[in-house]
Order: sequence, then structure tokens, then C-alpha cells
Amino acid sequence: MSFITGAGHTAYGRLEGCDTLALMSSAAQAALDDAGLVRADIDGLITGYSTTLPHLMLSTVFAEHFGLKPDYAHAVQLGGATGFAMVMLAHRLVAAGVARNILVVAGENRLTGQARDAAVQTLAQVGHPVYEVPLGPTIPAYYGLVASRYMHEFGVREEDLAALSVLMRRNAGRHPGAHLRTPVTLAEVMASKPIASPLKFLDCCPVSDGGAALVVSREASRTGTVRITGSAQAHTHQHVSAAPSLTRFGAAASTAAAMAEAGIALSDVGYAAIYDSFTITLAILLEEIGLAPRGKAGDWAREGRFDPDGAMPLNTHGGLLSYGHCGVAGAMAHLVEARLQMMGRAGDRQVPQAPSVALLHGDGGVLSSHVSLVLERTP
Amino acid sequence: MTAPFAGDWTTGRPALAFQHCRACGARWLFARSFCPQCGGADVEMREASGLGTVHAVTLVTRAPSEALRPHAPYLLVLVDADEGFRVMAHAAPDVAIGDRVAASFRPFGSGLVPYFACVE
Repeated sequence: MSFITGAGHTAYGRLEGCDTLALMSSAAQAALDDAGLVRADIDGLITGYSTTLPHLMLSTVFAEHFGLKPDYAHAVQLGGATGFAMVMLAHRLVAAGVARNILVVAGENRLTGQARDAAVQTLAQVGHPVYEVPLGPTIPAYYGLVASRYMHEFGVREEDLAALSVLMRRNAGRHPGAHLRTPVTLAEVMASKPIASPLKFLDCCPVSDGGAALVVSREASRTGTVRITGSAQAHTHQHVSAAPSLTRFGAAASTAAAMAEAGIALSDVGYAAIYDSFTITLAILLEEIGLAPRGKAGDWAREGRFDPDGAMPLNTHGGLLSYGHCGVAGAMAHLVEARLQMMGRAGDRQVPQAPSVALLHGDGGVLSSHVSLVLERTP
Repeated sequence: MTAPFAGDWTTGRPALAFQHCRACGARWLFARSFCPQCGGADVEMREASGLGTVHAVTLVTRAPSEALRPHAPYLLVLVDADEGFRVMAHAAPDVAIGDRVAASFRPFGSGLVPYFACVE
């Protein structure tokens, strides 16, 4: 058992003049303030990585900069799944008695810290250096390949994916910190410029600057009423060329294991925080997890099921697609938002009934690495 | 004693190759000195026929770099080769999922890449 006693993040978007350490520091301070803790209370530190600050020891670089002297510290790397993997690790460490209060923090000036081409190329390097990268792929192209097969097998249309983009943008419109807040219509998504078919510009998350942090603690507190009750992973491949399937991924096994550990069923879940680097990512994960039937995520989104006042509120901050994606911190915003909703602290975005159980799922690579978390609110 | 393998498109030779495990029969694309399935070291490099079936396609409009931008748009595919391995490659613009295809080889970027087109 562990408790999320503090959480915070920066606005995501174009944050001129903020580097990785500044963004991590802002988020860390917000999380400490939220928890009512001071630096001396933090005895564990887990960081991710930053493409604009590549370093062998990012955790201790940050510890020194921010002013921490933890008993335990290191960095974690798992692509887009890093944020949830860090939280899972913190949860396990706290439960094992290794630390009392672990600061989990990430940040990156991914948008303003490098040229756009550099960002695209850095990310494309998750492809195989010999058998894929020479072909000129991009991250959208890897997901475009997956999308083509998945849509072919389950009859998903581009309009179905577009519905998810529209929903994430509408959600982001209610969050002052979101990178992209101007509403988009289905027609605008469909007419947006092609990137890697079937994915168009508005099927892709933006590249953002931002930071997010959480404090995972052994003991509950006034601010620690949300606890982690389940966590699990699944890793099936790294490169899309080596994926065992383009229609079945590790998300089903990972979420099933996390829910089994928590002793809950999907029907207990009242809020979903699902990784959405692309609309197809979100559609596949929703369907693979069982939050929508195969091929129906778009239909269900159009029908309002995933709206904030629907049966299964989803990424009410706007997700990666519209709150923004700044690397490791990207999906951590999903968790920050889920906790706010569970605690009834989401303000204008608060869903009608504060959910008592939330299911979180992230993926890294090309649906390669999966991490699932179950959060529950203490009654 | 067998002659050393002559190479494939990744080393500039117009050919598609895969690896085969003599112990367990596994076949795969990414070259290594052992079998990822059984761990055996009796691994053979084989030249493929270049024939296969298209499993997935994406038309890349936004190329990753300035150097590749003049090539865009280009079609990337995953092809299930007849020999039982999957490979990423380029393909002719009209290639679609399920099509039977054959490989040729074209210069792209700084090297040579496999290029699949439909077979009659």
C-alpha cells in the first residue's frame, strides 16, 4: 500500500526560458506544497529522462539542483510508459519499506529546447537502427502502421479516431494549463494535414514543455487520501517490426494483473486515465483494456460515454492530445488529474460524482511496454 | 564449412535476408549470433525470396529530416515474407493490406532499401 500525498504540474505548452531542471523544480515544489512536506521529508527520489538534458545521472543532478539528499535515488527509462513505471516503482519501494516519502518528478523543455526536426529524429530513434530507421520512419509512421492493421481488422474508420481528438480538445478547454484549448470539430480533424496515414495532424499529440511531480508515501495524510492498490506491467517487444501482433498488445494482461492485485473489476472503475499519444493509441488501449468493445471506442466517444459527465470520464484534463506531451511528465498529468477528480478538487472540471476507483494505463515504444495502475480513494 | 553470408540491403547488397535457428526452427529478421527463442548458437543467415504479403501500410507525408523531405510522401509497409518473418520496407503507392508483393531495391537516404510492388 502507498498513498499519493502530493501532486503538481506546470502548465504544458510553449514555456520559453524554462529548461529541464527548472520545469522539474517547479513541479516538485508544487507537489511538496500540495503534500505539506519540506525537502527534508523526502528520502527517496525517482526521475525519468529528458531528451534536452541527456545525463547518466539525472536523479542526482536534480537532487543537487533542487536541494535534496535522498537515501535512495535513480532514474527510470521506459519511453512513454516511464511516468507510470516511476510511480509503480515508488509504490513498491514504499510498500517494501525502502523509503517513507518518494518524490517522483519529470520535466522537459521538449518544445523550446531543441529544433522540431531534432525532436522528431530523437524520437524516431526508438526504431531499429539497422532495419527501420534507414527507411525514414517517424513515431507517427510506426503508429500509422499499427493503425492501418488495427482499423483493417476491426472496421475502425478515421472518423472514429477523430472523435477522440475532438473529446480531448473539448476537455482541455476546461483546463487553464492545457497546451491546446481551442475546440476542434470532427471536420477539422478530418481535414488536418496528413502526417503518416491514417494519422493526420490532429490525431497526433503536440510536443510541449512541462513538468509534473508526485509524492508517494507510506502513510496516509490529509492530502493522502488516494492510494495505489494495484500495479502491473507487460512488455512484448520493442520495435514494431518485431511486435507479435498489431491487434493484440500487452495492455490487456497488464491491466488485468493490476486489477487482480487491487481486487477490483472493470465495473468498479469510475475514471479512466489512458495514454493517448495518438488517437489510435487511445482507441486501441480503451478497446484492449475492455473500456469499449473492439472497434467501438469512437462510437462510444461520440455517444458521450467518455465525457466528463458520462459513464466513464476519460482524461478530463485533455490528455497528451491536448493538455500536451512533454516526454516523461506527459502521462504523469493524467495521474495528477485523476487524483484531483477522486479528491473532488478538479474545480470547473470536476465530474458529477468524484470517482472512488481510477484505472491508469500507459504505453511506451510502439505499444511495446505497458504499465497499469489502480488508484482508490480512502472512504 | 559454409561461405560467409554475402550481406543484404542493410550492407548495401540488393537482397533480403533472415535468420533461421537450426535447433528450434525459429525465424526472425534482426541479425544476432544466437536464437532469441531457444538461445541456441546454431544460427544460419538465409537469403529470402523477396515474396510476401502486406500486413500494414502507412503513407509518410511528414519525413523525419530535411534530407529525406524531397522523398516524401513515401509508403512504408510491414510485409510478412513467405519464409515466415516480418520486415519493414518501402512500397509502391498502390500497395494495400493483403496484397501479394515482391521486393526490389532502391536507393533512399544514404543507403539501399527494400521496395515492394504488387505481383500479378
